[in-house]
Amino acid sequence: MTFDPPDQESADLLALAQSVANNARSGEQLEAFVARSSYTTVRAHGGEVESFTSAVSAGIGVRVVSDHRQGFAWAGTLESDAIADALADARDNATFAEPDEWVGLAEPDGVAPVPFDAFDPSVATMEASRKIDLALELERMVRAGDLRITGVRVATFSDSSSRFAVATSTGIAGAGRGAWCSMSALALAEDGDETYTGGGSTVGFRPDDLDLAEAADDAVLRATRLFGAKPVPSQRVTIILEPRMAATIAGLLGSTLTGERVLKGRSPFGDRVGETIASPKLTLVDDPTDHRSYAADMFDGEGLACRRNQLVVDGVLQGFLYDSASGRRAGQPSTGSAVRGVSSTPSVGCQALAVAPGAGSFESLLADIDTGVYLQSMTGLHSGVNLVSGDISVGIEGLMVRNGQLAEPVREVTIASTLQRMLLDIVAIGDDIEWLPGGTGCPTIVIADLSLGGS
Amino acid sequence: MIEQSVLEEVLGVAMRTGGEFAEVFAEDRRNASAVLDDGRVEELTSGRDRGAGIRVVVGETTGFAHTADLSEAGLIAAAQAAAAAARGGGGGTNVVALHRGSASRGYDIETFPGDVPKARKVELLTRADEAARSVGDAISQVSVSYGDNRRRILVANSDGVFVEDDTVRTFFAVSCVATGDTGMQTGRESVGHTIGFELFDMYDIDQLARNAADRAITKLAARPAPSGQMPVVIGSGGGGVLFHEACGHGLEADLVSKGASVFRGRVGQQVASKGVTVVDDGTMTREWGNIAIDDEGNPAQRNVLIEDGILTDYMWDHLRARKEGRRSSGNGRRQSYQNLPMVRMTNTYLLAGEEDPESIIASTPKGVYVKHLGGGQVNTATGDFVFGMTEAYLIEDGKVTEPLREGNLIGNGPEVLQRIDALGNDFAMGPPGTCGKDGQGVPVGDGVPTLRVSSLTIGGTAA
Repeated sequence: MTFDPPDQESADLLALAQSVANNARSGEQLEAFVARSSYTTVRAHGGEVESFTSAVSAGIGVRVVSDHRQGFAWAGTLESDAIADALADARDNATFAEPDEWVGLAEPDGVAPVPFDAFDPSVATMEASRKIDLALELERMVRAGDLRITGVRVATFSDSSSRFAVATSTGIAGAGRGAWCSMSALALAEDGDETYTGGGSTVGFRPDDLDLAEAADDAVLRATRLFGAKPVPSQRVTIILEPRMAATIAGLLGSTLTGERVLKGRSPFGDRVGETIASPKLTLVDDPTDHRSYAADMFDGEGLACRRNQLVVDGVLQGFLYDSASGRRAGQPSTGSAVRGVSSTPSVGCQALAVAPGAGSFESLLADIDTGVYLQSMTGLHSGVNLVSGDISVGIEGLMVRNGQLAEPVREVTIASTLQRMLLDIVAIGDDIEWLPGGTGCPTIVIADLSLGGS
Repeated sequence: MIEQSVLEEVLGVAMRTGGEFAEVFAEDRRNASAVLDDGRVEELTSGRDRGAGIRVVVGETTGFAHTADLSEAGLIAAAQAAAAAARGGGGGTNVVALHRGSASRGYDIETFPGDVPKARKVELLTRADEAARSVGDAISQVSVSYGDNRRRILVANSDGVFVEDDTVRTFFAVSCVATGDTGMQTGRESVGHTIGFELFDMYDIDQLARNAADRAITKLAARPAPSGQMPVVIGSGGGGVLFHEACGHGLEADLVSKGASVFRGRVGQQVASKGVTVVDDGTMTREWGNIAIDDEGNPAQRNVLIEDGILTDYMWDHLRARKEGRRSSGNGRRQSYQNLPMVRMTNTYLLAGEEDPESIIASTPKGVYVKHLGGGQVNTATGDFVFGMTEAYLIEDGKVTEPLREGNLIGNGPEVLQRIDALGNDFAMGPPGTCGKDGQGVPVGDGVPTLRVSSLTIGGTAA
């Protein structure tokens, strides 16, 4: 398989990774993962630039497998002495691991990567003054959006241009590059003694993709529609999740479907392949080859080609995601699902989840709800979600839905269920798929029969 | 880490374009970790990260750049980038003279983890795994992790501050899965202190592992938590995150000054029940949030935030304090040299009261006893906050009865502080935490005595 890095910088990183991997001794597998990125962050506040950060960072992670033992070390620099130290540390670390017949690096599997290169050089060459103007402009637009907007906690412009390469002594060679810019604002609205915040954001592969008006309108709407919010009595409710909220639930499900969790007995769906685990309306794929996703990529963290993986089709569980080690243990090929950074070994993860669109707009799904809650935000996802037991309990803000219409605002309440029940309780999926900053594609989802904890 | 003359030169460059304040923050961090999972020592990891962040302040604007290149040329390039980013209008030269200060945390590290053979760290993992599995056949999975880090920092700024610190933290955690007819449940225990390998003289690792296993097994019999409002008793040491979220974040001066805190303009007012005294204390010996200096070079302090229910002060970093013409409270912290500092907590805790913890439970006819809280999250603008319960029980007729499944509790900070109606005499610090704010994580500690909140909303699924 031949592969041409997309540009000279990627080629240089790949050459560096290969030069490290070439140090493999007899009986030893060696992998180097190298990354370099440059980024800018501009934060605007009160009509001024609060901070302007620009920097380049780089690093390398070295993985050694010897006698079925794995060791790892990393350094936050590409200086040659640091790389030599990392290699020595990784070798030493490997001697303390207990042998595992399944550990080992990826090996070329003949799957050709789907060409993809959304890298726009204009992200890296953009004038600093334009970045500042954009951040200040977004703050102005939010402030002008409503008389009750009293401030903007922060309006941010960020960009990042990054390249990575991975090479192994087993013949893996992959490299890629990506560039993004994004903006976000957190609006503060005051009325009487109440203050609310609302966030809006926009993301793109290039500066021209940014939609400031959409981000500003969103922040203003969300900050101003909660005035008078209070808890409602505890009850069973239907919830309507707009794409960004629904994507969070899809992400929780995806996390339980990694081979690593399944093999180690930590997935509530580990023994359910071929069974119905969700409403027949739900179809979920993890597909970094879908170029609409902001997480689209050619290679996974072990240098294997990314591929389209079906997880749930019409409510039936199809299978799990694997990297090369977990795949070997499960007797399955890698699904190209190794995710990683410089400072960690690869783990199995979702890359670009997408829920297949159903039928109907947000408005039409809303119109079908008699009594329910529209969620504007969820809090406590890290403290109230247990992906082993499946218990889910989160704090929410939002609007009640009454007779198919958005009604009074609500806050300081919780909603709770289990992931297993929520999947079966999906009553509708919309046709309004949205590609979110994290890379997930998701439409509106309506779920019935959750417990609302309130007054 | 860097010569004084080089620092003076770099700060001079940073100030040359009209900067009002410039700072070099250099950091050299080594991490080591070891993980056992699925009955096997899986992996040891070593990491090294070293670099410097340089900031230049002009008016309201901070320019910031960082570099992994600590040579004079690398630092000067970063200083120029930071100065350009701050867009200073003026010119001329600025001579910076540094005065070396000292940082002291009042105790010594006994055993640097870097000097401990890796085999000894690995041995702890297998011991904990065996201890957890010995608790019962229901324990179906165990993971154990060990971590240590040594972080050397240097702060030099145009006010002449020049100080270095060397911090060592050591951490150990055990997570268990128990499987039964009702599905799977989890139990976790962790310990961490700002000390070296002597951590393992302080704790019985076998007991820690058994506790984690017991918690998972207990929860197999757990019933769904209630849904709605009721009295909540929080256990000693298990629930400091309540105050971290209910008022801690809202008392950070950066959020207050932007109008994003319900506690804005309330200094001097009664914001909590009488008897409630909340402290943030970076000097707290050996605790996870201990610092000798903050990441702006200010000595750690013990700051009383709420005294007997009265709001006494916010927490401050350099920039906010400078604006208000006062001193920093030693709360300027950052995740690494790649980040700008901001106002952060250290060890945040509620002082003990006088009541017997048993009698607090006995005087609660119906409610929930939360022995251990998980993490939490707050919206500082509304004061609404959530926190998870990882080990909780029903209270019926003044007695702790059945275990409850996990879930979040939700409350409003200013209201909850006024609803504290019992404070125990049994103060304890809780497990180590990581506080996240604007994408940066820093180590924090917290602590509480047994206490009761007369009404909180419990986010369970039972009617």
